[in-house]
Amino acid sequence: MLELKGVSYVADDGKEILKNINLVIEDAKFVVITGPNGGGKSTLAKVIAGIIKPTKGQIILDGQDITDWGITERAKAGISFAFQQPVRFKGVTVKDLIMLASGKDLSTAAACEYLSAVGLCAKDYIDREVNDSLSGGELKRIEIATVMARKTKLTLFDEPEAGIDLWSFKNLIDVFEKMHREIQASILIISHQERILNIADQVVVISNGEIVEMGTKEKVLPDLFGVETGCRYFQGGDK
Amino acid sequence: MLDGIVKKLLAEVADMVDIPLNGAFNIRANGESQGRNSTENIQIVPKENGSGIDIYIKPFTKDENVHIPALITEEGVHDVVYNDFHIGEGADVTIVAGCGIHNCGNAESLHEGIHSFFVGKNAKVKYVEKHVGEGDGNGKRIINPQTHIVAEENSYLEMDTVQLKGVDSTNRISSAKLAEGATVVIKEKIMTHGEQYAETSFDVELEGAGSSAKLISRSVARDRSRQLFRSKIIGNTECYGHSECDAIIMDEGVVAAEPEIVANDVDATLIHEAAIGKIAGEQLVKLMTLGLTEKEAEAQIINGFLK
Repeated sequence: MLELKGVSYVADDGKEILKNINLVIEDAKFVVITGPNGGGKSTLAKVIAGIIKPTKGQIILDGQDITDWGITERAKAGISFAFQQPVRFKGVTVKDLIMLASGKDLSTAAACEYLSAVGLCAKDYIDREVNDSLSGGELKRIEIATVMARKTKLTLFDEPEAGIDLWSFKNLIDVFEKMHREIQASILIISHQERILNIADQVVVISNGEIVEMGTKEKVLPDLFGVETGCRYFQGGDK
Repeated sequence: MLDGIVKKLLAEVADMVDIPLNGAFNIRANGESQGRNSTENIQIVPKENGSGIDIYIKPFTKDENVHIPALITEEGVHDVVYNDFHIGEGADVTIVAGCGIHNCGNAESLHEGIHSFFVGKNAKVKYVEKHVGEGDGNGKRIINPQTHIVAEENSYLEMDTVQLKGVDSTNRISSAKLAEGATVVIKEKIMTHGEQYAETSFDVELEGAGSSAKLISRSVARDRSRQLFRSKIIGNTECYGHSECDAIIMDEGVVAAEPEIVANDVDATLIHEAAIGKIAGEQLVKLMTLGLTEKEAEAQIINGFLK
């Protein structure tokens, strides 16, 4: 279980990006964070992964205070993070990344399974370098395959749908459901996509650095899609 | 008999574990030949003045290789050698050179290997060169290789050159002249440490229509080491030339790139790309989110970059 207690973050320029966030992510839950761009969602994910240190508050993982832990320690403790904009590496292959992620020597066949799951023809990609020769959409899918290979108890996805075409979007949802089911992992996704929101156990709406609404999808979604017919929170797709 | 140090260097620079090989080879240690073998198709002939060897590869020789490592295991040795490769028409061969210096003394040891390649029509050559320095003496380990290529019509030469450790100073000079349809690909990987200095220069003249050259340099400069990358590609006809210099700098390492491309013909297409910078912070962060420490992430990025 992950718990955020009174987490705030003030950027170097004095801007308050996160304001007193209190959030509990229960084990094996599927949580979607949504809300307008610039509202603090990605910052929150980075705070959980240890990439950004909060100015105030505590982060508790399975009863342990991990607020002062670095990125590596949190990764080892079972937190994975799929970047919104995946990183390119000259010389590092897709297989290298999947092996590093899994933390062990994988057979090529095992590594390929993760690629197939994200709709990539494994034999065409496994030995490719994760460099400029890959498109944004390909990189994004490789990023997702990489965090799948970690099999951790908590995985954060920052706008996984961005750059993914419609055909693979369906696969993506299958991937999340499969991860959720097979490893009983908690999944926290930042997304604008209604179809992703629809499979959530819990929806959290963040706007202007604060949680403005939180609850089951049955409770929250009608407000987002029904009452707020102007799609106030949904700018969708690539930022 | 070869001693342990020589054997270790041979394995490192030329992948030679057992001697003799069935193939053609010449082992040079501390300025003298320590073994030589010619085959039916590949003749290795010492030059009359003792300054090096001529390697004659018969036309249409297929799938054969030549190993010509040069080693220095003593301090104060200044070894200059001229090796000329005459590659016959239509041959398809692999040539493995390489130089290892093991210097435990205080006087500098230097190897200058000047290699000329005359690549016949339609011939295909893979040339592998690895440079290694070791030994804990204060004497400097200096390797100054030169590679001069004359590529005849429709020939292809690929050169892989690697220097990853222990060489205090290197000045690497390469040149190539390409006839119609010829292709030369040069891949260089260099890592410098401590106070080391590495200088590389490529001079390529694309003389024949349809000729092409690709120079790819990847380097890492650590500690207070310095590197200079120079390349000049001249296109005198319809041709394609591409040079790419990518460098990672760490600590107080310094890298300079001086590219030059000269198009003397309206149909010459010449490109130069150079990028120098430290390891991107986001690359480190990504690998750390996979559970690597910052040091492990750094090592992984550099290993990949120089792979």
